[in-house]
Amino acid sequence: MSFEIEKVAELARIRLTPDEKNKLQSDLGAILGYVEKLKSVDTSQVSETSHVMDLTNVFREDKVLPSDVSAAVLRAAPDRDGKFFRVPKTVER
Amino acid sequence: MTTVYEAVIGLEVHVQLDTHSKIFCACSTKFGSEPNANTCPVCLGLPGSLPVLNGQALHLAVKVGIALNCEISKRLKFDRKNYFYPDLPKAYQISQFDQPVNGAGWLLIETRSEDGSWKEKKIGIHRAHLEEDAGKLLHEGIEGASLVDFNRAGVPLLEIVSDPDLSSPEEAYAYLTSLKAILQYLEVSDCNMEEGSLRCDANVSIRKRGDKNLGTKTEIKNLNSFKNVQRAIQYEIERQTELVEGGGRVIQETRLWNDVKAQTFVMRSKEQAHDYRYFPEPDLVPLTIESAAIEAIRKELPELPAAKAARFRKDYGLGDYDASVLVQEKALAAYFEQAIKAHANAKMISNWMQSELLALLNSKKLAIQSSPVSAQALAGLVALIESGTISGKIAKDVLPVMFETGQTAQEVVREKGWVQVTDESLIETIADKIIADNSQSVQDYRAGKKQALGFLVGQMMKASQGKVNPKLANEVLARKIGV
Amino acid sequence: MKPYELTLRESRDFAAAEGFDALRSSLLERIETLNPKLNALVRFKREDWTGSPRLASPAGGELAGVPIAIKDNICVKGLETACASKILKGHVPPYDAAVIEKLKGAGAVVFGQCNMDEFAFGSSCETSAFGPVRNPWDLERVPGGSSGGSAAAVAAGLVPAALGSDTGGSIRQPAAFCGVVGLKPTYGRVSRYGLIAFGSSFDQIGPITKNVEDAALLMKFLAGHDARDSTSAPEEVPDYTKSLRRDVKGLRIGLPEEYFGAGLDPEVEKSVREAADVYRRLGAEIKTIKLPHTPYAVAVYYIVAVAEASSNLGRFDGVRFGSRIAADSLKEMYEKTREEGFGAEAKRRILLGTFVLSAGYYDAYYRQGQKVRTLIRQDFQKAWESVDVLLSPTAPTPAFKIGEKLSDPLAMYLSDIMTIPANLAGVPALSLPCGFTRSGLPLGLQLMGRPFDEETLIRAAYTLEQEIGITGRKPPL
Repeated sequence: MSFEIEKVAELARIRLTPDEKNKLQSDLGAILGYVEKLKSVDTSQVSETSHVMDLTNVFREDKVLPSDVSAAVLRAAPDRDGKFFRVPKTVER
Repeated sequence: MTTVYEAVIGLEVHVQLDTHSKIFCACSTKFGSEPNANTCPVCLGLPGSLPVLNGQALHLAVKVGIALNCEISKRLKFDRKNYFYPDLPKAYQISQFDQPVNGAGWLLIETRSEDGSWKEKKIGIHRAHLEEDAGKLLHEGIEGASLVDFNRAGVPLLEIVSDPDLSSPEEAYAYLTSLKAILQYLEVSDCNMEEGSLRCDANVSIRKRGDKNLGTKTEIKNLNSFKNVQRAIQYEIERQTELVEGGGRVIQETRLWNDVKAQTFVMRSKEQAHDYRYFPEPDLVPLTIESAAIEAIRKELPELPAAKAARFRKDYGLGDYDASVLVQEKALAAYFEQAIKAHANAKMISNWMQSELLALLNSKKLAIQSSPVSAQALAGLVALIESGTISGKIAKDVLPVMFETGQTAQEVVREKGWVQVTDESLIETIADKIIADNSQSVQDYRAGKKQALGFLVGQMMKASQGKVNPKLANEVLARKIGV
Repeated sequence: MKPYELTLRESRDFAAAEGFDALRSSLLERIETLNPKLNALVRFKREDWTGSPRLASPAGGELAGVPIAIKDNICVKGLETACASKILKGHVPPYDAAVIEKLKGAGAVVFGQCNMDEFAFGSSCETSAFGPVRNPWDLERVPGGSSGGSAAAVAAGLVPAALGSDTGGSIRQPAAFCGVVGLKPTYGRVSRYGLIAFGSSFDQIGPITKNVEDAALLMKFLAGHDARDSTSAPEEVPDYTKSLRRDVKGLRIGLPEEYFGAGLDPEVEKSVREAADVYRRLGAEIKTIKLPHTPYAVAVYYIVAVAEASSNLGRFDGVRFGSRIAADSLKEMYEKTREEGFGAEAKRRILLGTFVLSAGYYDAYYRQGQKVRTLIRQDFQKAWESVDVLLSPTAPTPAFKIGEKLSDPLAMYLSDIMTIPANLAGVPALSLPCGFTRSGLPLGLQLMGRPFDEETLIRAAYTLEQEIGITGRKPPL
């Protein structure tokens, strides 16, 4: 099973130590080996289940209900500047 | 651009749907609030919060779909698009991947053909899907940091993706104008580019004329006006052509338009290729849209610009160009129709609107809705010209006064004493004086120099400060000195 | 009988008669004695539960004065809620989860927050950033997971009842390991608003209680439609306490044969089969039936649930809440924050989930998983044509030793084989104590029912509970 741990870790934004990398490589290899069994199931005529209940068309009304959480969230934020959240400089998009 | 290459252009337009509250929470979509004031656990992505779809956002999206002749999906769903960025609170954007609300459709643009005439061109719409907007990042003047405001996060967007059917910067401009007109007619968005409620990215490539395969495209971002879309595409076509002609190759990349330098620049490349890991959003249930619901929405649709233009041509005998200018804005078309209701001379009203009135409005940066000259007032002015009460020349002086004071044409004309002289005895008196003072010209005329009559009429106009009806002056003079 | 030994219903009656303070001091004393050993409640400080006026005089209501402990992944306004993770250290939700609103509205008192596997990733409570929870019946053993703190707290009498959450068995398996009752409601029955998500299409909040009556009582308040959760079901909520009657006559109970195969501990099997005999004796009809796709359940779960989890845990990025490791670049900030903040199992699942959704692998893993999930649902739909309830063990073994499976994640995952299918299908399932091993460890059986038919589960569980009368046995603490 090919499992490019570094690529996946980068996608997930998690840095791994070399030890972690080795351990996870083997753990995930074993798990992926186990789930290989799914490949033997014929699902050519089967649709996917994304939801277990048959609910459709759930909407809310277009009404504004102000929330008062932002001040508290900002106060507790890891870093802020006035009323803004603050992060390391991003690349201009 | 040389004639060897042709451009292939597709546009992605993000338009903010005009709802009161955000797409998945009850926060206000109001522009210009204090930073992070319009936020709640849902749009801040706080742990444990869940999205619930604003039905109005879907309703507006379907409206656009119908107007753009799209196939409306009977069954649709939302998906998560996963990536990390500080303006994206949940590290995924709720969007639509493989079941967009609106499938393939088209819209018409007016494009100038090589002989200079205007013709219609059908531009394919690839799809249009609903999604939530991200927050806003501020970089300027902050050392080593960026600041995040989540007021925009969760604002409903419709991303409208065109087919690569556009072949010039002018067509791209025409597409945007046409699309904006439709969106404004539908009243689904204010399409305000400054406030970010309409944004556009352009995909540009070139290929040898006649080639079936598409060339490598670049994506241009940071386009903040329709004019800049046009300029950036023009620049990009030239850049790519030069590159290819010099033996180089176009690289697939995202480029940013720099307005000041009038150039596109490569965006600093991302750390890695994107892999958005789309999957169905488990927190939102699927949606179904019945045909009857689509038909009901179709009935709500107003007359759209293309249909209105066709009607203006047919019912009022307007030319293609005049009709297309008048329907560009719903309010302009409404003004026109109000005016001709008051005075049924479509051609003259159209001319007076397009030449004089729009110039006055532009000079004051006013929209037609706030014109100091009402449609009825403009019709009144045209009626005075047609009845011969004032000349067209005088009318050009009357309109600015109306614009300034809000008076009707009649009021202005009366106050200024600009009423045309149509009293024949008065005209004869003036004519006698002019004949006496210009015997040389009278002789010339009698000797067969017909243009001398024009000079004499001119003298009469001058003597009457332009108030003499030129037609009558002509008749009276010809009779008096006629041979 | 000491107040801490009372059930939820009895605690309510006691609080009404003697006052909440008497109940609270008994519980506080119990907690102070035992929690240092069990580690079932997190961040427990006596003053937090004595000073607040809200705690001193609980509002009136049907649950007035009833203390309930809350799993550390359910948001309580103003109380740190950290999912037993370093990355959420110090995170104080500014809002109450829907279930907390409902409980408070009924007069209940949030009393302690329960330890758990980090982000509910685990079956043993060994992955908690707060250290492992110990099983009250044997301190060398795990209480199960991920709601192990909730189950251990109830079993040890630290609180009369607790809330847990169940994504693949996280209420039922610890309930079985600790000898208490645990109910995972039908998907959509209880609002998920305010539950910090693991697998959004699986997660349900449910009660962990000393007996079936208390589960029914709590369900009455937990269940019901919530406009803030799009997946919340509009179905009417019955009065579950009306199902508390001994009556299984004519009830068709199916024993799925795939749940009685290799790897099943003989003592577990014996106790479940004896329970089937009791039901038969009481007039139920016992049948053996097939749920043929059961062998694929664990594989489906560890694709689909972790895929959802990998996405759900993206928001722990150090930007808006929780902890951040400062860095010069954005990417570094993300990577260090998440490296430091997540434990080994969380990393394992995030990476696995990221992988199965990534380009080139989506169809083979995620899509195929969702398709096999359909087959598993269909197994259940077919079963309901011939039976009303399914009866199985809750877990293949009694509580295992701390450390026994920690180094072998796959073995740990496989221990959830009997509870995962109910989450894949969204059906309600209940774990009920049904006996003890010779060495004195509790055993549990599982009853699974039709969607939104928690009533039948409660009736069948109540009947057996009353018949075999085992709720009186207490852990040797």
